[in-house]
Amino acid sequence: MADLAASLDCDRILVAMTDSIIPESAARGAPAGPALDPVALAFEHVSMVFPDGTHALQDVSFQVRRGEFVTIVGPSGCGKSTVLRIASGLLRGATGTFQLADDNIGYVFQDATLLPWRTVEKNVELFAELHGVSKHERRQRSQAAIELVGLSGFEGSYPRRLSGGMRMRASLARSLALDPKLFFFDEPFGALDEITRENLNEELLALFVHQNFSALFITHSIAEAVYLSSRVLVMSSRPGRLVAEFAVPFPYPRTEDLRYHPAFAELSGQVSQALREAH
Amino acid sequence: MTAVIEDDAAVGAAVALGPERRNPSVRLSSWRERLGPVVVFGLFIGLWYLVSAWALEAVFNKPAFLVPPPHEVITESFLSSAKIRNEMLRGLWLSTQVAFLGLVIAMVLGMTVAVLMSRARWIERSLFPYAVALQAVPILAFVPLIGSLLGFSFTARVLVCVIISLFPIIANTLFGLLSAESGQHDLFSLHGAGRLKRLTKLQLPAALPSIFTGFRISAGLSVIGAVVGDFFFRQGEAGIGRLIDVYRSRADNPQMFGAVILAAVLGIVVFWIFGFISRLAVGRWHEATGQS
Repeated sequence: MADLAASLDCDRILVAMTDSIIPESAARGAPAGPALDPVALAFEHVSMVFPDGTHALQDVSFQVRRGEFVTIVGPSGCGKSTVLRIASGLLRGATGTFQLADDNIGYVFQDATLLPWRTVEKNVELFAELHGVSKHERRQRSQAAIELVGLSGFEGSYPRRLSGGMRMRASLARSLALDPKLFFFDEPFGALDEITRENLNEELLALFVHQNFSALFITHSIAEAVYLSSRVLVMSSRPGRLVAEFAVPFPYPRTEDLRYHPAFAELSGQVSQALREAH
Repeated sequence: MTAVIEDDAAVGAAVALGPERRNPSVRLSSWRERLGPVVVFGLFIGLWYLVSAWALEAVFNKPAFLVPPPHEVITESFLSSAKIRNEMLRGLWLSTQVAFLGLVIAMVLGMTVAVLMSRARWIERSLFPYAVALQAVPILAFVPLIGSLLGFSFTARVLVCVIISLFPIIANTLFGLLSAESGQHDLFSLHGAGRLKRLTKLQLPAALPSIFTGFRISAGLSVIGAVVGDFFFRQGEAGIGRLIDVYRSRADNPQMFGAVILAAVLGIVVFWIFGFISRLAVGRWHEATGQS
């Protein structure tokens, strides 16, 4: 088992399975299990009050460990997105301590935020361009990322010609091109129809398994949270506090069937209950 | 009228569905697009004849020579006398140069001022009132002053064009620079982009459609500036505005109308040129520009 853990994909599967089938010590060859994974992001007693007096976050503490997929669910306007904005450095003025292990983060917004005057390919190259990466390497990275999200053949299309789902794929590819170790997702699929959303859930999970990143995901869809995550955190309405935490025991890679599994329904029910109490 | 509105809606919906479904409605509207201008032009000429041959005397009780009929304007101005024709074309060329140079200077100056304003709120607050004043104060009040300061020279005429066409460029460029969405700004913040990268890779491209709108408006104004400036500057070589005034004073009404037509055509051509450049530059990604 310890040998298997050396392989990254297996590593992920084992992390997820520890809660259900395999004892932690066996999975990791160490007593503390997943706790030994390096921390990718840590929040300790973080509070945020906006200049206008809005109390957005109150004493929020959590960690995202390498290889984890952590989701925060909470009512609209509870300050979920504020967590990401603080963690990424977009928002300053929070109190408490927070640490990022690596500055190379991916950040996917609810809006695809593509630049309409750039083709898909040029949009995907944007970040590398801002970091001064050579044209040749930029092109290679964007090609690879576009392929990963299944947008091959649309490199030359302008965003206005793409559907909402395709724009979101392009947005995802744009972040993937820098190969970040930690991804922030701010309700990326919130504006999409159910079928597109579920498809993109599938593909995001496939990317998570293959691309070796950790993720902090924001959503208000419980099904999405449980389906994607290794851990779900529940946030109360404003001021946002973390009020519950659920480990999701289903191993990766996960398939569509999981959505109809009784255990999935039960866990979703528990999260839903916690969310209602948090209101 | 109703039909036209429905047709517009159909085109809008087709665009949303994708390029392949757009064709039928485009075909439907394309004959209208071709025929419409011809019909309106016909109506315009018809109205002109009506006024010239009938309404002027019968309704307004004025002599018919005040508004000569179109064919007379064309023959008298451009066909019968090579001297008058050359005089007009020469005047048109001079006015074109004045308007063009004035516009180019206004573009450079206006965009620079707008970029400065977009850098800091206090610069915008300090400068914008003057830009508005430039627009609000009648240019006619400035023209004699400019004439006495700079002489009735080419430079003075260009300056009139710059003044008259500056504001739309400043206002539209500034609006465009500030139109980049906050989410797009976040992308640049996340990746540590400085002000220059933000300007060149985000704000200026985002501003292009409005910048071109400003150019189109200002191009027309610049032509007006050239004509008006010329109208007042009675020394130096005669531009098209001066010719209008000269023909008016001689009661050469066909020639006067001919000169007015030339000035109008210049305005339309400049407007078209900028529409064309704008479609070339941003039509591929900017929906409204692509359709216009």
